[in-house]
Amino acid sequence: MSHDNISDDKLPEAHDASEGHGHLAVADDPFADPGLPAHEPRRTDIDERAAKRAERQVSGMFILSMLATVGFIASYASINPDKLVYIFPLGHVSALNFALGMTLAVALFCIGAGAVHWARTLMSDVEMPAERHPIEADDEVRADVIQQFKTGAAESGFGRRKMIRNTLIGSMAMVPLSGVVLLRDLGPLPEKKLDSTDWSEATPSAPIRLVNMNTDEPMKAEDIVVGSLTFAKPGPSALRPNGLQDSDEDFQEAIAKDALMLIRIQPEDLKDEKSAALGFEGVLCYSKICTHVGCPISLYEQQTHHALCPCHQSTFDLSDGARVIFGPAGHPLPQLKISTDSDGYLVATQDFTVPVGPSFWERSA
Amino acid sequence: MSSSTSTKQTAPASTRAKPANKGEAAADWVDGRLGIYSLAKANLRKIFPDHWSFMLGEICLYTFVIIILTGVYLTLFFKPSMGEVVYNGSYAPLNGIRMSEAYESTLNISFEVRGGLLIRQIHHWAAIVFVAAMFVHMMRVFFTGAFRKPREINWVFGFLLLCLGFFDGFMGYSLPDDLLSGTGIRFMEGAVLAVPLVGTYIQMFLFGGPFPGTDVIPRFFTIHVLLIPGIMLGLLVAHLILVFYHKHTQWAGPGKTEQNVVGMPLMPVYMAKAGGFFFLVFGIIAAMSAIASVNPVWAYGPYRPDQVSTDAQPDWYMGFAEGLIRVMPGWEIRAWGHTLNLGVFIPLMLFPLVLALIALYPFIEGWITGDKREHHILDRPRNAPVRTGLGAAWIALYLVLLLGGGNDLVATHFHLSLNDITYFVRAGSFVIPIIVFYVTKRWCLGLQRRDRDKVLHGRETGVIKRLPHGEFIEIHAQLPQGRLHTLTSHEQPEPLELPAEVDENGVARKVGLLTKTRAKLSAGYFGEGGQIPKPTVEEHQEITSGHGHH
Ligand code: FES
Repeated sequence: MSHDNISDDKLPEAHDASEGHGHLAVADDPFADPGLPAHEPRRTDIDERAAKRAERQVSGMFILSMLATVGFIASYASINPDKLVYIFPLGHVSALNFALGMTLAVALFCIGAGAVHWARTLMSDVEMPAERHPIEADDEVRADVIQQFKTGAAESGFGRRKMIRNTLIGSMAMVPLSGVVLLRDLGPLPEKKLDSTDWSEATPSAPIRLVNMNTDEPMKAEDIVVGSLTFAKPGPSALRPNGLQDSDEDFQEAIAKDALMLIRIQPEDLKDEKSAALGFEGVLCYSKICTHVGCPISLYEQQTHHALCPCHQSTFDLSDGARVIFGPAGHPLPQLKISTDSDGYLVATQDFTVPVGPSFWERSA
Repeated sequence: MSSSTSTKQTAPASTRAKPANKGEAAADWVDGRLGIYSLAKANLRKIFPDHWSFMLGEICLYTFVIIILTGVYLTLFFKPSMGEVVYNGSYAPLNGIRMSEAYESTLNISFEVRGGLLIRQIHHWAAIVFVAAMFVHMMRVFFTGAFRKPREINWVFGFLLLCLGFFDGFMGYSLPDDLLSGTGIRFMEGAVLAVPLVGTYIQMFLFGGPFPGTDVIPRFFTIHVLLIPGIMLGLLVAHLILVFYHKHTQWAGPGKTEQNVVGMPLMPVYMAKAGGFFFLVFGIIAAMSAIASVNPVWAYGPYRPDQVSTDAQPDWYMGFAEGLIRVMPGWEIRAWGHTLNLGVFIPLMLFPLVLALIALYPFIEGWITGDKREHHILDRPRNAPVRTGLGAAWIALYLVLLLGGGNDLVATHFHLSLNDITYFVRAGSFVIPIIVFYVTKRWCLGLQRRDRDKVLHGRETGVIKRLPHGEFIEIHAQLPQGRLHTLTSHEQPEPLELPAEVDENGVARKVGLLTKTRAKLSAGYFGEGGQIPKPTVEEHQEITSGHGHH
C-alpha cells in the first residue's frame, strides 16, 4: 500500500520555481511561458465620454431597482390575492404573485446588473499575479511541532499511565450510549403491529361488512359490475360502531392497511382456484396497498384483469391471485376472504392471511 | 473593588497615529478589539482568477442564502402539525375537506398570505437550482481535476453538501402533507422496512408508531429546518474557508504557474462582481417564481394513504433513486420465517454506493498515479481522457436511471411501452456507461491529436493557395507563443512500472496483488491508449525549420 515504490522520475518534472511569470520567451524553446500578456485598455479606460456613459448606465439600473421596489410595495398593498390575470403564454396566473415576483425580480436583478456592469467597465481590469505558498509546512516547523507534541504528551503521562488512558477511552466510548438510549421513546416497538389490520376484528360470529369507500353504504355482490374497480373499507364492528370514518383519530393509520379493492371476474376467467375460493361469485377482494413500498393501487385494466401501481408500475394479475407480472413488487397482493351475511351484504369473517403492504424482515409469509 | 493604586501598572498606551477621519477612527476601534487589520491585510486584495465556470460554485452559495432567507419567512406561517382540521378558506375546491394543519397552512401561505405564494415558489425554485448548481459545480471540479491535492478534503465537504442537499430537499418536499408528498413519505417507509433486522424498529421510531401516525411531519420539520441546514452551514463555511486558504485554481496560460494565482483583487472588482451576481441570481429566481409554478400542492389535495395522484414522482434530483427502485426486479428471499426484500434493499444500498464512489475518486486517482504534489493548474478535460470518460459514464448512469425514474412520463409522452423502457433501463444501466466511457475517451484522444496538429502545423487560416505545380493547399499560421505554451504545458505522467520479477541479486521479488492492480490501472490511465504524446520542441523545430511547413 505504500507509495514509496513510486519513483519521482515516473512523474513529469515539477515546475521549476524560477520559471513562469515575467520571463522572456526562451529563443530555443517555442513552448516556453512568455509571461503575462500586457494589459489592453478598454474603451472606458481611454475615452472619458464612454466612462461617463457607463456611469449613467450603472446609476440608471440602480434607479430602476428603486422604482421596482416601490412597485412591489404598491402591488402588495393594492392587488387582491384572489385576482387572476391572463398573461400570454402563461395562461391565468395570480395577479399578485406575478406582480410581486416581477417587481422583486427587477429590483434585485438591476442591483446585480448595475454592480457587475460597474465592475466590468469602470473598475480596474488589470490582472495581477499573487504568489502561492505550499500548504505543507517546511521540515523545520514540522520537526518543531512534533517535538512540542511529544513533550506535551509526555507531560500528560497519557502513554505511561495505561489505566487512566484505557478507562478514559472506555468512558468516552460509553457516554454516547445515553444519547442513543434517549431516542428509545421516539416510538413503540414493532411487535405485531405490521401483521394485522382492522379486519382481524372479524370473526364468523361477528363478521364485518365491506363498505363502499365513496357512498359509505354496505355492498351486495350484485352491486359489483364486471370490469369495474370498487374501493371499500371496514363497516361497523365492536371496535368501531360506526365503521371506519374520516373523523376517527387513527383514520390515516387504519386506512393505510385496511383499504380494499373489489373486482368481479367471470368465473371462467379465473386462473387460480385458491384465489377464486376466497371470493364470492367471482367477486374478489384484494388489499389496495401495493406490496412494493405501499402506494395505493388505482389503475385497473378490465380486459386483462391487470392492476397497476402508479408509483413504480408493479403490475398484478388479479385473475391469478394478484401474482406480480411486472415491476419491482416482490409478492402478490394479499387477498381477503369474503362471503355474505344473512342480509346478503358482503362481509369478511377473518383478517388477511398475510400482512398487507411492503415487506419487512419479520414477515413470515 | 480594590482601591490600591500603589503598584498599578498601565498597559502601554496605543502609539498609533491620529486617524484621518471618522471612518478610520471606527476601523481603529474595531481593530483594537477584533484585530481586523491583520485579517484584512492578507485578504482585502486577495487575487481571484476569472472564468465563467468558477461562477457555478457561487450560484450554489447564493441559492443557499436565498433558501435560508425564504425558509425563515415560511416558518413564520407554516404549522408543522398533523392535527386535523376541516378546510374553510379561499381555495374553494377544497372547502369542507379534512386535512392536516400542515397542509392547511401551506394552502394559506399560497392563497391568503400576500406574497406567500411567491416566497414558497422562490424557496422551491431556489432549492432546485441549488441542487442543480451543486451538481454542475461538482462536475466542473471533477472534469478539471481541481479536486487533486491539496483540495481532496474540500471535495469531500462538497460531496457531503450535495448529499445533504438531496436529503433536505426530499424532506422539504414532504412537509406540506399533500397527496404527492405523502406518497414520497410512504416510499420512505417502505424503504426503511426493507432494511433487514432493524427495519421495523427504525420505522416505528421514525414515525412514532405505524404509518403514517401524527409525528412524522413535525419531526421532518425539525430535521429540515434545523438539523440538516445547521450541518450544511458548518460544512459550507469550512468549504469556503478552504477555498480561501488554498487560493483558487486557474487554467493554464501564459504567466500562470503552479506557484502563482493570476486574476483580479477581491476589492473592488471581485466584491462588485460576486456581490452583484448574488442579486442577479436572486432576481432571476424571483422572475422564475413569478412565471413558472412549481409544486402546486393545492391541485393534489391532502394526503390519504389509500389515494394517490398520477405522475407520482419526486423532484428530479431524487430521480436517480427513483429509477433504481423502479427498474429493480422484485426479488424477495423468504426463509426461516424472515423476509429479505432485495427488490427494495439493493437499490437502497446502491444509491449511496454510487455516490460514495464519486466521493472517494480523488483518493483512488491519487493512489493510482502516486502523485503527491500540489496542483493548482487545472487539467483540460481532454488531457485526462480516462478521468473524463469515467465522469461521463457516471453522468450517463445517472441519466439512464433518471429515465427509468420517469418511465411512466416517457411512456405517455412518447407513446412507448412502459415495460420496454424498464427492460431497456435494466440493460442500459450496465451497458450505456461503458459505451459512453469509451466514446468519451476516444473523443478526448481525438481532441488531443488536434491540439498536437495545431501546435506543429499551426492554425488553419481559411486562405487557400495554389502551388506552381497546381496543388491547392490551405495556409496554416503559426500559433502565438502564449497559445503554444498553453497547449503544451500539461503533464503527461508515465504509467507505473512493476519492479522486475527478480532483483539485481537474482532473487525472486514478491509483487503484491495490490501493486499489480495499481500498475494495470495506471497503464489504463497513462499507457499507450491513454494519451497522445504531446509535441516536443524538437518535433516543432523540425517542422517549422523548413520542409513540409506550409
Ligand atoms: S409502491 Fe407499488 S410499485 Fe412501488
